[in-house]
Amino acid sequence: MTENLVLKRIGKVLVYILLVAAALGILLPFYWMVMSSIKTNNEVFTVPIKWWPDIPQWQHYVEIFAKSDMTTWLKNTLLLSVVVTFMQVLTGSFAAYGFSKVRFPGRDVLFLAYIGTIAVPWQSYMIPQFRLLSDMGLANTLWSIIALQAFGAFGVFLMKQFFETIPEDLSEAARLDGLSEYGIYARIMMPLSVPAIASLTLLTFVTTWNDYLGPLIYLRNPDLWTIQLGLRTFVSQYDADYALIMTGAVLSTLPIAIIFLLGQRYFIEGIASTGLKG
Amino acid sequence: MLTTVDTSRPPTRRRGALKLHNTLQGWSFILPNFIGFGILTLVPVIMLFYYSLTEWNAFGKATFVGLENFSRLLGDSSFWTALYNTGYYSVFHIPLTLAAALGLALLLNTGIKGRGFFRTAAFFPYITSIVAIAVVWNQIFSPEYGPINQALRFFGIADLPGWTASAQWSMPAVIIVGVWREMGYYMLLLLAGLQTIPAQLYEAAKVDGASAWQRFRNVTIPGLRPTLFFVTVMLTIGSLKVFDLILVMTNGGPGNSTLVLSQFIYRKGFEENQFGYASSSAVVLFFICLSITLLQYFWNRRQEK
Repeated sequence: MTENLVLKRIGKVLVYILLVAAALGILLPFYWMVMSSIKTNNEVFTVPIKWWPDIPQWQHYVEIFAKSDMTTWLKNTLLLSVVVTFMQVLTGSFAAYGFSKVRFPGRDVLFLAYIGTIAVPWQSYMIPQFRLLSDMGLANTLWSIIALQAFGAFGVFLMKQFFETIPEDLSEAARLDGLSEYGIYARIMMPLSVPAIASLTLLTFVTTWNDYLGPLIYLRNPDLWTIQLGLRTFVSQYDADYALIMTGAVLSTLPIAIIFLLGQRYFIEGIASTGLKG
Repeated sequence: MLTTVDTSRPPTRRRGALKLHNTLQGWSFILPNFIGFGILTLVPVIMLFYYSLTEWNAFGKATFVGLENFSRLLGDSSFWTALYNTGYYSVFHIPLTLAAALGLALLLNTGIKGRGFFRTAAFFPYITSIVAIAVVWNQIFSPEYGPINQALRFFGIADLPGWTASAQWSMPAVIIVGVWREMGYYMLLLLAGLQTIPAQLYEAAKVDGASAWQRFRNVTIPGLRPTLFFVTVMLTIGSLKVFDLILVMTNGGPGNSTLVLSQFIYRKGFEENQFGYASSSAVVLFFICLSITLLQYFWNRRQEK
């Protein structure tokens, strides 16, 4: 009996050791990023590694705004992320209501088409899509990114999953009270779906913020660049300025880190719900 | 006769009207999203197949050439390199990510303290921008002074890998970063799946004297099958279409050592303006993803029986 207990203890310690080692390995690159951003260029690569700079160079965080169009990039990225998120949540939840609460012929086939495209890689149809948006005159405008991101099947899928957990009795009762389907959507489903809406909002915002390929293909004009595209150009321009590059990397990650830490419950729930019943 | 018609007609008409009403109402909900989705996803997917059969450059018109692009692909050595590299990446990235994600999920599912912290830490790389990740890892992989090679030197390894600077080690470097970035995401999915397995099943297995391995083999794996299926499909598609990570970390190099299928499509289409030819290689990617997904689907169905 005591031997068993000792074994259990050892097992538990082992689990902790493994997890702490994994966490260190996972987080080390982030420590490297932040620490290098406040080092001098000569301090970034030394033998042995310096784990803390002699004098922290905080002025890099001011310098970078003078040396790059960081303000423009951040502004564009923020604008795109907000508009895309708003439209994705609105059209996604609206369509999800149609798919989960209104019965009509052809509905399930249509939904299958939505789900099917999640398995089709964007890389395989990016060329026809580019030609199409170019012909519509949207290439090299911020509209192209909005069009690209705002109508994703993912939002429909996520919201539908959640709507289906809301008991049908509620809608039935509202119908008897004379509420229309649109009324049920707006006054019953949406208020009850706040957690799912929060998940979708955060996930869409982060995806749009981090998107690199869309802006790379569509946004040629430097005034339209997003933070990812700008940072990439900055890196190739200042390729020996190791510390300043890391400053840019920190700045591009910081807003996402803050959003994630504040709303991580919704991130985790949103992702978990797409996996179950997938 | 007349009376029967009279009594049966109104209900059917009302039912028909109700059906029409429902259809219109259903579509009115779906339409705002469908307009965007149809134009930007469905139409391009269909157009892709036509484009793949045409010769089409930047300013000219698309002219139909049949299967010519595909026979050209067969003789294009850089296409075969891209195909090989995509396979190389997938063969390592899929099992390594799955093992790491499952390992982490199982460790976190043991009811330890600080679970929230570990979960957050593991998921964080997934939401970090790919550009920032590439820049940081390129410094970490730096052959002379990077922390990884310094650590290897410390352990007495003399023949240090050149990582992203060498044709031989660039793909392993990309795979390491790919696993590091994605394992937290799949861990979350698997963790959610693990939590749906009833605790009584484990209790019962314990009472029956099943060892930890037997419990894993006979309780965890069957209970996790739907999640494992979803995770494997997503992971496979994600690996086959890998692109942005490689684009920003190595840009396909050195040489063509990390050129993958998605980048081949990008190069032909957006850098060389050969839209028709690029589309034909995109069709190849499309069918590879489709056939592997279907294969996994049928295999999973057979296992369930």
